[in-house]
Amino acid sequence: MHEYSLVAALTRKAEEEARAHHATAVTCLRVSVGALAGVEPELLASAFTLCREGLLAGAALEIRNVAATWACPRCDAAVPVGAILRCAACGLPARLVSGDELLLEQIELEVP
Amino acid sequence: MCDSCGCGDPHKVSLDVQERILSVNDRAARHNREHFATAGVLAVNLMGSPGAGKTAVLEATARRLTGRRLGAIAGDLETDRDAERLRAVGVPTAAITTGSACHLDAEMVHAALDRVAWRELDYLFVENVGNLVCPAVYDLGQAVNVVALSLTEGEDKPLKYPVMFRKADLVLLTKLDLLPHLDVQVEAVKDALARVMPDLALVPISARSGAGVAEWIAWLEGRRGALVPGPAAEAHSHAHPHAHPHA
Repeated sequence: MHEYSLVAALTRKAEEEARAHHATAVTCLRVSVGALAGVEPELLASAFTLCREGLLAGAALEIRNVAATWACPRCDAAVPVGAILRCAACGLPARLVSGDELLLEQIELEVP
Repeated sequence: MCDSCGCGDPHKVSLDVQERILSVNDRAARHNREHFATAGVLAVNLMGSPGAGKTAVLEATARRLTGRRLGAIAGDLETDRDAERLRAVGVPTAAITTGSACHLDAEMVHAALDRVAWRELDYLFVENVGNLVCPAVYDLGQAVNVVALSLTEGEDKPLKYPVMFRKADLVLLTKLDLLPHLDVQVEAVKDALARVMPDLALVPISARSGAGVAEWIAWLEGRRGALVPGPAAEAHSHAHPHAHPHA
């Protein structure tokens, strides 16, 4: 259960941005979480609800889930999740194209 | 002015941040990595379930890798028993007792560096907290990730915990001496791993019998050789063309 430590990092970042922009409140945080980021979106959401305070007391957390996608680094052919992660044609280990994101993408602020 | 929902509210500002949530940890990890690279220390992040045999692997490593200077940082929720076991086989070890934290992070590792003479080492093993989930999320500044997976955990663990196995540079399949007593096939573990770990690298090993330890040490030495161009590697960098293969 590392979601609380992630929420601490997330709220610290949002607070810094809010202060830098002299905001009176943060209304929304938009994050993206990849399927292979090692984060349970539901746990992240509930940890956020429990921990938000101060400028973030009324903030919503919008989580965009990003599916894992793999492809051959040479021919770009897709390698499906659950398959042997190697290009059937080139024999090369597949490369993760998306799915390890753990990003704070956007925040919405209320300014005077 | 709000332009995200189109309401045009002048008191709402939408800010593009696009930053890794763990950027503070990432920065600390980069700092550790620079330390290790400058000192020529191969930092190994050893992860795995509680009871997978992480400490036993390190004990076996210490017994066989006698020509190298080893050190360790051992993370545990409570007690410093792992650190005591490692010190008993001659590996200077700093214990990190995390309390309730389920993983080590880069700052914890950095703080522990004060308690181990890491600059004088060839290898620094960071034995992470026993857990197949959380440690995979935090970069520590290691050069390589190694996951210990014991045969007794069953062959489907890689499929259930893809995040950790994807990050592994090597998987040690531990407790190999128990193979005759179990309904687990090494080939099935390999198949499961190949579906989550693109560049599959697996060494079956038994700390008790010593099987596989030589192969594990050869892998470590290879990684260390790639990190530090030592005297042997420099001797190979002469530029004249020659037909004979190097030993």
